[in-house]
Amino acid sequence: MPSPVPLTDAVAEHVHDGDTVALEGFTHLIPFAAAHEIARQGRRHLTLVRMTPDLVYDQLIGLGVADKLVFSYGGNPGVGSLHRLRDAVENAWPHPLAVHEHSHAGLANAYSAGAARLPFAVLRGYRGTDLEQQRDIISRVTCPFTGEELAAVKAVNPDVTVIHAQLADRDGNVMLWGITGVQREAVLAADRAIVTVEEVVDEFPERTGAVILPSWVLAAVCVVPNGAWPSYAAGYSVRDNDFYQRWDAIARDRESFLAWAAENDLKESADV
Amino acid sequence: MSEWDSAEMMNVAAARELYDGDVCLVGVGPPNLAANLARHTHAPNCRLVYESGAIDAKPRRLPLSIGDDDLAATATAVVSVPEMFNFWVGAGRIDVGFLGAAQLDRFGNINTTVIGDHAHPKVRLPGAGGAPEIAAAARRVIVIVKQSPRTFVETVDFVSSVGYGPTGQEREAPGAGPTLVITDHGVLEPDPVTHELTMTRLHPGVTVEQAVAATGWTLKVADSIEEVPAPTEHELTVLRKLRDREPIDA
Repeated sequence: MPSPVPLTDAVAEHVHDGDTVALEGFTHLIPFAAAHEIARQGRRHLTLVRMTPDLVYDQLIGLGVADKLVFSYGGNPGVGSLHRLRDAVENAWPHPLAVHEHSHAGLANAYSAGAARLPFAVLRGYRGTDLEQQRDIISRVTCPFTGEELAAVKAVNPDVTVIHAQLADRDGNVMLWGITGVQREAVLAADRAIVTVEEVVDEFPERTGAVILPSWVLAAVCVVPNGAWPSYAAGYSVRDNDFYQRWDAIARDRESFLAWAAENDLKESADV
Repeated sequence: MSEWDSAEMMNVAAARELYDGDVCLVGVGPPNLAANLARHTHAPNCRLVYESGAIDAKPRRLPLSIGDDDLAATATAVVSVPEMFNFWVGAGRIDVGFLGAAQLDRFGNINTTVIGDHAHPKVRLPGAGGAPEIAAAARRVIVIVKQSPRTFVETVDFVSSVGYGPTGQEREAPGAGPTLVITDHGVLEPDPVTHELTMTRLHPGVTVEQAVAATGWTLKVADSIEEVPAPTEHELTVLRKLRDREPIDA
């Protein structure tokens, strides 16, 4: 039952070595605390999925948690490169990282197809780009009604999706608002979903534009105040832009990255 | 007149290309500055759309990321990312898309993915993000990029977003394709027939020779090349306030 459980228990029960894991959040509500718990428990060989990998995946990749990355934009927005991601792709450190690469439109639709339990999604995109060379995830279909040739993108169905949200109620339903990104689709596409929340309330406030996820589509809800830091939770915290800037220097070389990991009780995966 | 640099000139020139009432898809970096500058100068009714889902965002200061809370808090509507790309970008509801590039070729094809081979790249860049569909579907696409032989290359290593295709004639997408390329040297426009990017305007103080030297292919230059008017005092004041993240009175 998705009544609040400790984050350590939720990760231990629902995230396994070799799983395909989506930790979503489009700038807002990024589940950093849950990601760090996954690293602390030493998960290995994960396929990580996310539209905007951001710092949290830079950290997981640098720690050797991931074998593969499925993504559409891997940068530190407004700052520059993700240096751990680059080191993995360019130099296979700490080990090789395979990539499946989409556009935002493509990956958003791949999640939507996954949520609908359809095998693929259709869009009028990708044409003329070299992203189409990845024929195992991006192909073409002909519209049976008009004959138009369209892009087909293979559904993404994570074993587990992890998101952060503002609120849960006593029944384990979850509410999030502000920039809601692709979180609902990623949760519904997954086999299991873990949600960390800022707090539990007796009753949800009335709020236009909020996304509600009923308890029965969730595997576990965990109360983790400030679980999105250094990203933010609208109504609770602001984005720590200084940390995003500082990360560039921390991640730029392996030594400073490993020192940061040690300070934060994050160790490299055993067999890197 | 205050002194200004080539990056400021580039942002001002880009802002001037937005019309009042345009629906503009805004990305991080120079596009963010240019779109907000336009809204606070000659185009107060320019509608800013951010790919994070904010529609008609009216940021009170320059957002640092495309997902700042201020964008959601001031927007007419906030939609999910799949809705943004399917109903708004893909369906052709965007007048102007601004794009950047790590490499650009003479037919407006853009690389933001890798330098070198995709499987074993020399440099891994962030990737395509929202650009392929913006490039495909926006009614006008404006590329903002600093001009150098490393960026303006004969052939891009990877096509992340299509311009007019490898020979300039392969574009099949619904939108118009890259209509302007604005650089720190001036402005390039595609030839109406061949689609080859042609230098049509130069910023004040920039020579044709400098533009040619900053281009990695044999640059085509218009017969009569115009000079872009220098930034006005007002444009510079607003631009610098935005850059320093001071609140602006609309």
